Amino acid sequence: MLIGTRVAVAAIAFAAAAPLLAQDVAAESLHIGQPWSRQTAPGQSAGGGFLTIANRGTADDRLVSASSPVAAEVQIHRMTVEGGIMKMRQMADGLVIPAGRTVALRPGGYHIMFIGLKRPLALGTSVPVTLRFAHAGEVAVRFKVLPITAMSAEEGGDD
Amino acid sequence: MTDEQGAGRPLRRVRLALWIFVGIVAAGGVILAVVSPSKVARDAPSISAGAGIGGPFTLTAADGSVLTDQRLKGRPFAIFFGFTRCPDVCPTSLARMAKLRKQLGADGDKFDIVFVSVDPGHDTPADIGSYVGLFGTPVVGATGTADQLARIEQEYGVYVRKVPIEGGDYTIDHTAAIFLMDRDGRFVTTIDYHENDRTALKKLRRIVA
Repeated sequence: MLIGTRVAVAAIAFAAAAPLLAQDVAAESLHIGQPWSRQTAPGQSAGGGFLTIANRGTADDRLVSASSPVAAEVQIHRMTVEGGIMKMRQMADGLVIPAGRTVALRPGGYHIMFIGLKRPLALGTSVPVTLRFAHAGEVAVRFKVLPITAMSAEEGGDD
Repeated sequence: MTDEQGAGRPLRRVRLALWIFVGIVAAGGVILAVVSPSKVARDAPSISAGAGIGGPFTLTAADGSVLTDQRLKGRPFAIFFGFTRCPDVCPTSLARMAKLRKQLGADGDKFDIVFVSVDPGHDTPADIGSYVGLFGTPVVGATGTADQLARIEQEYGVYVRKVPIEGGDYTIDHTAAIFLMDRDGRFVTTIDYHENDRTALKKLRRIVA
């Protein structure tokens, strides 16, 4: 599943060149697993992206921010349902990726929020995103666009 | 359990309101002798199981037509409140309803799935139509004016609050439960976000039975 170890430059170059794959990327001691997003409808000006970030290093890192040419703004959000109420909030200080741990951004928890989509996220395409980490720096990844019914990168929806 | 509690609270509120009403009547010294408090409570037509949730509404459907509670009558329905820019719980809930409907087999066609956008400032009926069209199963999309939405939100006890986010946009905190209504538009139960599919399926079987 994961390609390479600590081959940051080569991996990023590969990621930028290879389209349409929910592929994994390694950058320094970080391994980005299967970024994916749900398709959006025209008029739906925001969407969510999901991925896993494994920190194989000995120092904590932090996902500080993200950007993408498809959206006016990209934020890191946390969604909660407490007392039956859905709340979504920006992680203003970013998301800590502790040393030796894997943090999953998945439905029901954290997500990358694409705000002000310039065009719909079309099924079967992929979305270029630059993730910025406090230590690992910039990592270019592509989010594979799956059906809106998808619950995980593997599932790809109910049908 | 939460659905019973949810239904109980409005019931208590109705009872309290009735008692206050009775108190006023009594204070005025009018018909005090003939109407006892227990009789008022017993005769009030709105008091029945789950009477606190649901009621008449008027909205605009995704195709621009008028959607009312009357139009939904005759078939049970599952109603969910959200907005199209909600990236997680809304698609998850609608995808789940689509999946559960499939699992119900032939019974899956015996109820309607209704998605009400509580974000009329952003979601036009046409937007809602193209959004619900992605789920691979018929979903009745709707929204309304601020007044129309305020009414249905109140009737269903749905919490809705706009919250600004960085960059000038906003998100909406909202109730994540799916309300299951019978073919007469009466509240039966809710499917909670954290509930497993087996329980949810059992509840859906109840409304289509």
